[in-house]
Amino acid sequence: MTAGGGDWTGGRLVWTAVALGGAAGACLRYVVDRAVQARHESVFPWGTLTVNAAGSALLGAVTGAAWAGAAGPGAVALLGTGLCGALTTYSTFSYETLRLAERGRARAALANAVLTPAVALGSLWAGLALVRYLAG
Amino acid sequence: MSGPPSGGRDEPDGPVDPDVDLRVPAHRAETAGGLRFRRTLAVLAAVAAGGALGATARYALISAWPAPPGGLPWATLAVNTAGSALLGVLMVLVAEYGRGHPLARPFLGTGVLGGFTTCSAYALDTVTLLERGAAGTASAYLGGTLAAALGAVWAGAAAARAVLGGRAVAG
Repeated sequence: MTAGGGDWTGGRLVWTAVALGGAAGACLRYVVDRAVQARHESVFPWGTLTVNAAGSALLGAVTGAAWAGAAGPGAVALLGTGLCGALTTYSTFSYETLRLAERGRARAALANAVLTPAVALGSLWAGLALVRYLAG
Repeated sequence: MSGPPSGGRDEPDGPVDPDVDLRVPAHRAETAGGLRFRRTLAVLAAVAAGGALGATARYALISAWPAPPGGLPWATLAVNTAGSALLGVLMVLVAEYGRGHPLARPFLGTGVLGGFTTCSAYALDTVTLLERGAAGTASAYLGGTLAAALGAVWAGAAAARAVLGGRAVAG
């Protein structure tokens, strides 16, 4: 993620913002993932796909706001690097894909491996495009 | 999505979702009773502490190793690959061999490794490369991360199984 440059990058406040955002993002992932599973019987990891889509869309919006000058380095550290970074996950996604494949669910594994990057890219682009449109 | 999954709701083979998998009784028990219960708060505190650590470690690596404009974001690729390998090892230990404290998976798996690895920065890196006109690098990064992370999680799990050998409790 583009953390930017200048005197704030090594600042204690930025590290605190990343840590706080990371704590909130990881908790949110656990809670949202759990809530999605509670509503679905499917073995397909919809919960993880949901957090990865939502976090990517939000990062797109935060980045768009930063590029438009509407969000400062602190907001990017808290919401972008911290919250979105920890709300989304790559390790969970890879482990789930492995487990689906190991259990003979080759189609679900393949679908997850194709859908996750596609949905993350699409969501990020949508968040970015929306904020760019709003910012004129 | 309609009807129960094959084999009923409980998964005897261990979790598919390492963060929290409601088919696994032990995961379900983590939040049984809701937020007022000490166990739920302990799990969320472990996830939060792990997430803070994982996110700051990722920020440290990516700040120390920034991608040149239009160049391959090696730091994010390394973070996602290493985190996947470590989660493969951790889940074999926890889910297949029953090792570690009950909070080991929420803290290390959901928190530290979940906060360390990231799908949103991966998507942003790719879109940024595309916007700079580096379509070749963007495709290489998109597919390369996927291949490296999937290879890493497989290798991590296989290595852990090889080292521990024949003492699995499930799966």
